[in-house]
Amino acid sequence: MSAYLTDLDVRLLTVLQDGLPLAVRPYARVAAQLGIGEDEVLERLAVLQENGTLSRFGVVVSHRELGYRANAMVVWDVPGERADDCGRRLAGLPFVTLSYRRPRRLPAWPYNLFAMIHGKDRRQVLDEVEIATREAGLAGCDRAVLFSLRCFKQRGARYGSGARPARTLGEAAA
Amino acid sequence: MAATARQIGNGVEKRALSPLELALLNDFQRDFPLDPQPFARIAEALGVGEDEVLAVYRDLMERGLVKRVGPVVRPHRLGWSTLAAMSVPPERLAEVADLVTGYDEVNHNYEREHAVNLWFVVTAASRQDVMEVLADIACRSGFEVLDLPLERPYRVDLGFPIS
Repeated sequence: MSAYLTDLDVRLLTVLQDGLPLAVRPYARVAAQLGIGEDEVLERLAVLQENGTLSRFGVVVSHRELGYRANAMVVWDVPGERADDCGRRLAGLPFVTLSYRRPRRLPAWPYNLFAMIHGKDRRQVLDEVEIATREAGLAGCDRAVLFSLRCFKQRGARYGSGARPARTLGEAAA
Repeated sequence: MAATARQIGNGVEKRALSPLELALLNDFQRDFPLDPQPFARIAEALGVGEDEVLAVYRDLMERGLVKRVGPVVRPHRLGWSTLAAMSVPPERLAEVADLVTGYDEVNHNYEREHAVNLWFVVTAASRQDVMEVLADIACRSGFEVLDLPLERPYRVDLGFPIS
């Protein structure tokens, strides 16, 4: 799905990177910061949801603070032609929060399929790793389970003052 | 609903979540009301007051259970980001982690249980800006930095159900 961001969209998402103010009329406050109308903010957010720029709009919780402290990045080395099928099967499991394909970097890093599993204890997560491996057809693949040990930093993304959409209207026309 | 948050914060036992807290945490992770008074719409849906909804969200945020209310941008729709990783000897980990955390472009930075032990996300306006940050970290730390950008998403952030 193509989704072209306007300059205003980029400014809106930049203003919103720390979230909405917790106020009776939060969108009006955001609008005032941007010098536009409240209705325009609401309309652009609806468009950005509709066109897939946003994966979601809403409450972002801290799973760590909520007691989900066993946080594992699970990785497999799966042959390229099977990665998409396995990745889609991982994505369908209720306990898999994120699933991506990423490049290998040999020899240091041989794994190309990634999934995040968050649980309340290690045993539960390790059981889910076994289920995921079986259900996604990854039984014969090398894998590693990387539990998080220390969190040094965790916050929302900042796009930088010069953030540009990946595809702009100008590039699309070119 | 026996939803409890055990051993959270600094290992401190915290009280169980109330049904209202649980609803405010779970039910509005997606499709938050796009309405001039979103908290009033939520209050109506839950049969409580707008003031109460705002007060509970403020409290959940102060306690660190809610990070923010807002947009989650699909990867690579705005600017560029990558997952980066390094193998750092244990005796140098704290120092290198500190160096990495110091970059405004770094939003997540974790130690993980593996020989490749330092994992962080770099987000910036462009791919070139991201690559410059990675090169800078490699140069200042003296360790190789692996660049593992997303090639294909199978599941993006759709929220986190709390049971």
